[in-house]
Amino acid sequence: MSKSKIERLFDQGEFVVSCEIGPPKSTDAEVIREYARMLKNHVDAANLTDCQTAIVRISSIASAWHCLEEGLEPIIQMTCRDRNRIAMQSDLLGAYSMGIRNILCLSGDHQKFGNHPTAKNVHDLDSMQLVNMVKRMKDEEEFCCGEKFKNHAPKDFFVGAVANPFADPFEWRVARLEKKIAAGARFIQTQCIFDTDRFVKFMDMVKERGLHKKCKIMAGVTPIKALGAAKYMKNNVAGITVPDELITRLEAANKAGGKDAVREEGIQICIEQIKMFKEIEGVAGVHIMAIAWEELVPRLVEESGLYPRPALKE
Amino acid sequence: MIIAEQKPMETIEEFIKDYKKVLFLGCAGCVTVCLAGGEKETDLLATSLRMKRELEGNPLETVTYTATRQCDPEYVDGIANYVEDVDCVVSLACGVGVQFVAEKYRNKIVFPALNTKFAGGTVEHGVWEERCGLCGDCILHKTGGICPIIRCSKSILNGPCGGSQDGVCEISKDVPCAWHLIVEHMKELGRLDMLMEVQPPKDWSTSRDGGPRKVVREDVKIDE
Repeated sequence: MSKSKIERLFDQGEFVVSCEIGPPKSTDAEVIREYARMLKNHVDAANLTDCQTAIVRISSIASAWHCLEEGLEPIIQMTCRDRNRIAMQSDLLGAYSMGIRNILCLSGDHQKFGNHPTAKNVHDLDSMQLVNMVKRMKDEEEFCCGEKFKNHAPKDFFVGAVANPFADPFEWRVARLEKKIAAGARFIQTQCIFDTDRFVKFMDMVKERGLHKKCKIMAGVTPIKALGAAKYMKNNVAGITVPDELITRLEAANKAGGKDAVREEGIQICIEQIKMFKEIEGVAGVHIMAIAWEELVPRLVEESGLYPRPALKE
Repeated sequence: MIIAEQKPMETIEEFIKDYKKVLFLGCAGCVTVCLAGGEKETDLLATSLRMKRELEGNPLETVTYTATRQCDPEYVDGIANYVEDVDCVVSLACGVGVQFVAEKYRNKIVFPALNTKFAGGTVEHGVWEERCGLCGDCILHKTGGICPIIRCSKSILNGPCGGSQDGVCEISKDVPCAWHLIVEHMKELGRLDMLMEVQPPKDWSTSRDGGPRKVVREDVKIDE
């Protein structure tokens, strides 16, 4: 089995595009397969979320397998919320055996926000430790306990992590990114960026420390669908900041043409952002989180000038 | 100390509805300090239930006593004459005290009057906060004296996660982000460098790992 496609594209110096697919709250794999068919020519890989917002859905690994079958490269998300280090490693071995190469390590939304708020969470490892565990499995060919693989270590895992430039304390965010890279993260996807000024400031600090040369940073974008959603995110979602200018633009659109105009304005803002991020030194790709709006992704990719996607060189 | 709070009166009333003579057993330890199961609370609970039962025409005879500590056999042994004489016991101790009493007096059912909550302290009169996760392997020297195991909602050892904003945890605006506090405190101490070390996976074997823990001090044991 070979290295991941996105790892090779990064090595080729391409600006990589990924998106997110939210698995269904049922056994209906056709939902994932349909998205995979729809997206596979427009993105280089897709994240399969791991029970996002702590809601039970088809597992990220099973979802990833459906994507692979449809010819779309998967990035499995793995959270620390639901499993201990034994279950995590077991799942990682299983994922690798199916041909899954990309893993994004994260702590996971608190169960309080999901459909089982009375569940017991695990958090045996934190996301940093998960990154490091996968790195050791692939590079040192050993399990978390130090025991060596006798054979078939998951040598070609491509380990990713997340960074949130909009959480606090702000200055510490870059330090934490540096720690994640030291722990073994090779690519980073950021939280959705609406506050571009703060993101630029974050990237300046990243470049000061030379971190962009040590790992691939993908800027996270989310197209805003409705004025209410923007306001909700501004006021209620921890770790996301929505600047006033953006709300003003959407309000103007709402006044001029109502809901449809807001949607269109949201799309245009997203396209502007993608084009802007592509020009920022140190940004190696873009990660599109079109939450419950996956069908928009091809248009975003095309209109931001990122289509067609590059081919792998030999 | 161990922080506990009383179960709803209706729950305790339901526990003892079929009993005529009940011992209400307070504890002068932690639960006295957190105003949940001391002498005052014990008397109040017994009196309230007695009056209620009186009004319902199902009289209840109550006996009250507050042990020095219910988590210590020495003091549990000393209440034999109170227990002997009643139909059941309502213990206002923490979960440890309830177990010690139930273990000693096997022919009497012991009802817990409290919910045992956590290891914490008084932050203001009437407010107690959890401060220790009892994990058995203290790392407070690495984190500015702030415990991320229990005070971070995800027990992150390399925090803060992406849900920290304005110093507040994503789970509630009333919960300070432990890692925000840690970073700020280490900054004050001029020791942010200490936070750059990647903390390895924690050894949870000293924590609740599937069996009860035990501390043995050979030097103070008394050989029979």
